[in-house]
Amino acid sequence: MQEFEPKIVAFVCNWCTYAGADLTGTSRIKYSANVKIIRFPCTGRIDFMILMKAFENGADGIIVSGCHPNDCHYSTGNFHARRRWIVFRNLLNFTGIDTERIQFSWVSAAEGFKWADVVNNTVKKIKEIGPYENYNKIAVSTLFNEEGATNE
Amino acid sequence: MSDLIKKVTALLNDKTINAFIGYEKGSANRIRAIFVRTEDQVQKLILNASCTQNLTGYLMKHEVKKLGKLGILANVAALRSIMQLASEFQIKDGEVYVLFANADGSLTEFTDFKSIETFLQTTDTGIKSEEQEMIAKLEAMTVNERWLFWNKEFEKCIKCYACRAACPMCYCHRCTTDVNQPQWIPVASHELGNLDYHLMRAMHLAGRCVNCGECATACPMDIPLNLLTYQLISPIKATFDATAGMKADAMYALSTYKPDDKENFII
Ligand code: SF4
Ligand code: SF4
Repeated sequence: MQEFEPKIVAFVCNWCTYAGADLTGTSRIKYSANVKIIRFPCTGRIDFMILMKAFENGADGIIVSGCHPNDCHYSTGNFHARRRWIVFRNLLNFTGIDTERIQFSWVSAAEGFKWADVVNNTVKKIKEIGPYENYNKIAVSTLFNEEGATNE
Repeated sequence: MSDLIKKVTALLNDKTINAFIGYEKGSANRIRAIFVRTEDQVQKLILNASCTQNLTGYLMKHEVKKLGKLGILANVAALRSIMQLASEFQIKDGEVYVLFANADGSLTEFTDFKSIETFLQTTDTGIKSEEQEMIAKLEAMTVNERWLFWNKEFEKCIKCYACRAACPMCYCHRCTTDVNQPQWIPVASHELGNLDYHLMRAMHLAGRCVNCGECATACPMDIPLNLLTYQLISPIKATFDATAGMKADAMYALSTYKPDDKENFII
């Protein structure tokens, strides 16, 4: 049987983690190719709905990463984001959404190695947990599949 | 003539208010809201143990705002809603005349925010014990059991948005639900859109919900959706020391921060 290759979507901020991921690349550090990186201006801009959209479109895991506290390019974006994630994780957990599938991290522009670790460890973890079947059952692709209409 | 009718008549006559939001008898055994503007309407006002609706949701509707200066019959949940709306700059001090119905049927006037704050400090504002038990029961389940529980509940949702209409804190003119570019919430009553809607609703009310229960009461499908926001009350209190609807100048937990906010999941 083919090994399960999880789809991981990473939402990262432009100023720290994106630059950090760039450094991972330019330093030629090898890391898992399962991750699709999406760049945002700031972690403060990463609306919780965007995370839901990733799961809905078939992601098995999510990474959210930005500047360390006190390092935000806009001073306070990551502080606001941190509060939001504290509350949102509570809500997800209460509604039965697996918070193990969302990894939050602070990765600075100098932490190329850390970024590789965050991605590799997340991929490893999601491989162990398996595909997100609960969510796949209600994913966007199922919206159009009733009564003969398909999205193909 | 009841105290309530006497009081409201006087308020309308001396033009302290232009309209009063209270309760009247509806069809069958139901109670409904009434917007009293004239003397003959005043006679329809009633007040009994069945008058439990939190009427403050109406304060934010533009058709009601147009009536002029408003008076309202309030219960504890309504007082808290008024405090929360004040903290969100939706009501100014003294703008709404508040008549509080005590348990024994007597009335207390509140003409400013300070007196409401003081009153709330010594009042029981917690959630009901049966709701607490339900939350504890859900918290004791596994993640997957909770998923199945809510999946079954959300499946029933017909997206009528009565819960949104009933909530005093849902006053946005353009709700995320109605936005179609991008279409955040799939419109059909499909499990996916239903889950999105409920997560969005709960998240937008997190730290603002005053546990009045109007959303669940309004739901024609008996979905216990109030538990979603109730469950967040204690973590928000524990982590950010914030409680909704207790003070007119309170900061909304999610629009502020502390540099040393504690979490245990960011690596
Ligand atoms: S979410 Fe429900 S319980 Fe909370 S304030 Fe709104 S109507 Fe009341
Ligand atoms: S009132 Fe009930 S059925 Fe209507 S949208 Fe809200 S949860 Fe769904």
